[in-house]
Amino acid sequence: MLALLRALWLILLHTFKKRVTVQYPERKAYVPPRWRGRIILSRDPDGGERCVACCLCAVACPVDCIALQATEDKTGRRYPETFRINFSRCIFCGYCEEACPTYAIQLTTDYEMGEYRRANLVYEKEDLLISGQGKYPGYNFYRVAGLEIGGKAKGEAENERPPVDVRGLLP
Amino acid sequence: MSTLQYLILIPGLIFVLMSVASGLIWLERRLLGIWQDRYGPNRVGPFGILQVLADILKVFTKEDWVPPFADKPVFIIAPAIIVVTVLITFAVVPFGPRAGLADLNIGLLFFLAMSSLGVYSVALAGWASDSKYSLLGGLRASAQMISYEVFMGLSLMGVVMLAGSFNLRTIVLAQKHMWNIVPQFLGFIIFMIAGIAETHRLPFDLPEAESELVAGFHSEYSGMKFGMFFLGEYFGITLISAMMTTLFLGGWFGPVLPPIVWFAVKTLAFICFFILLRATLPRPRYDQLMSFGWKAMFPLSLVNLLVTGGLILAGR
Ligand code: SF4
Ligand code: SF4
Repeated sequence: MLALLRALWLILLHTFKKRVTVQYPERKAYVPPRWRGRIILSRDPDGGERCVACCLCAVACPVDCIALQATEDKTGRRYPETFRINFSRCIFCGYCEEACPTYAIQLTTDYEMGEYRRANLVYEKEDLLISGQGKYPGYNFYRVAGLEIGGKAKGEAENERPPVDVRGLLP
Repeated sequence: MSTLQYLILIPGLIFVLMSVASGLIWLERRLLGIWQDRYGPNRVGPFGILQVLADILKVFTKEDWVPPFADKPVFIIAPAIIVVTVLITFAVVPFGPRAGLADLNIGLLFFLAMSSLGVYSVALAGWASDSKYSLLGGLRASAQMISYEVFMGLSLMGVVMLAGSFNLRTIVLAQKHMWNIVPQFLGFIIFMIAGIAETHRLPFDLPEAESELVAGFHSEYSGMKFGMFFLGEYFGITLISAMMTTLFLGGWFGPVLPPIVWFAVKTLAFICFFILLRATLPRPRYDQLMSFGWKAMFPLSLVNLLVTGGLILAGR
């Protein structure tokens, strides 16, 4: 009985406690930098698209919400012709970011993606592609890959020696 | 009073009660929020008071679904019973020295009778829904009502003895010098506990018991039929608080402020206390509830009755 009255009193005291609620639209809760929110496609330091349309993200995605179509430009550089993420299915697991070999696809700290129409949740490539480098600045896949594309011949990548001329006689 | 006056007074009272009951939904959510270190609804309108309006609009636009397996007429009539019985009871509540609809000389008995009729609503709803959760809820409600009804009536007999009347107005007038809560403290506690059980509020909301019975007797209800149960519950809280004010806290008596304001303040304080109880106490197990009623409350109310009677006789 006494414990009961004490419980009532303690609960009453909670009238003067600090609220735990964050009054959301006016004040925002702290979001850690590695928060998995809205997905973007980033560009490399030279302004080119990072994505090489390898489809690894689409394969890794557990809910199959990434769809893309690969294509090549004249110089042999691969890029996605279309890139579509259906955010009404995305569970923000971040597997796509983990799978991506080029840091192209990244999850950001933005979570305010509410829509009145479901169809608006399907983001096309132009919605996803940003002009900056996102979370990983200074990385350019083609600069470190030994692949020959337009403007960069074999052996010109970072930490890469010029190719050996196997038919030459000089050592 | 003339018929015309009644024709104005009755809809007026119903309107006031409706507003009170819907305001209580907001009040309860707000207070519960505060006691749980939250804010509660505070977005719609000033302090979130228009949340009530939004809720009403919502409940009216919900699909009003009668399950095909239900006993249709009973299913439809059940929610109306609780609202009607509680509303009828308000006729005998004396809100002020001249306010109040009926001056019934058996007002207290009328209140007891009507509040026990309310159990039909819950029991019939549980039966007509033809679902096991509803049925269990209805069963519990009937058992709970029967056992708590007994000492609810008994706990009030002390008050009746002191005032020498069943008329609620006379009972209030008899408390002019000392409120009944002083000589009848035990009766007050017992009546309060019985009242909570009667309106099946937490912690005695076993007929509903969300955690075990989905929603108990109104599991199958939706739309405004569900809203009626809700309304009935809030009417019930208001009624029990008003009755506690009338019977134990001197009704409209109080200094300075006009009588009707005193009545409202006391009633509101009880309502807030009910909400505090809800915020604090966990739900007891079903057999605990029953044995508490029969083995503790029932003998206590008998003792209260005997002692009060003895003292009155000795004082003669
Ligand atoms: S975050 Fe997960 S669910 Fe969303 S697109 Fe990436 S892999 Fe798919
Ligand atoms: S975003 Fe990354 S993983 Fe997905 S296709 Fe482009 S390069 Fe491959």
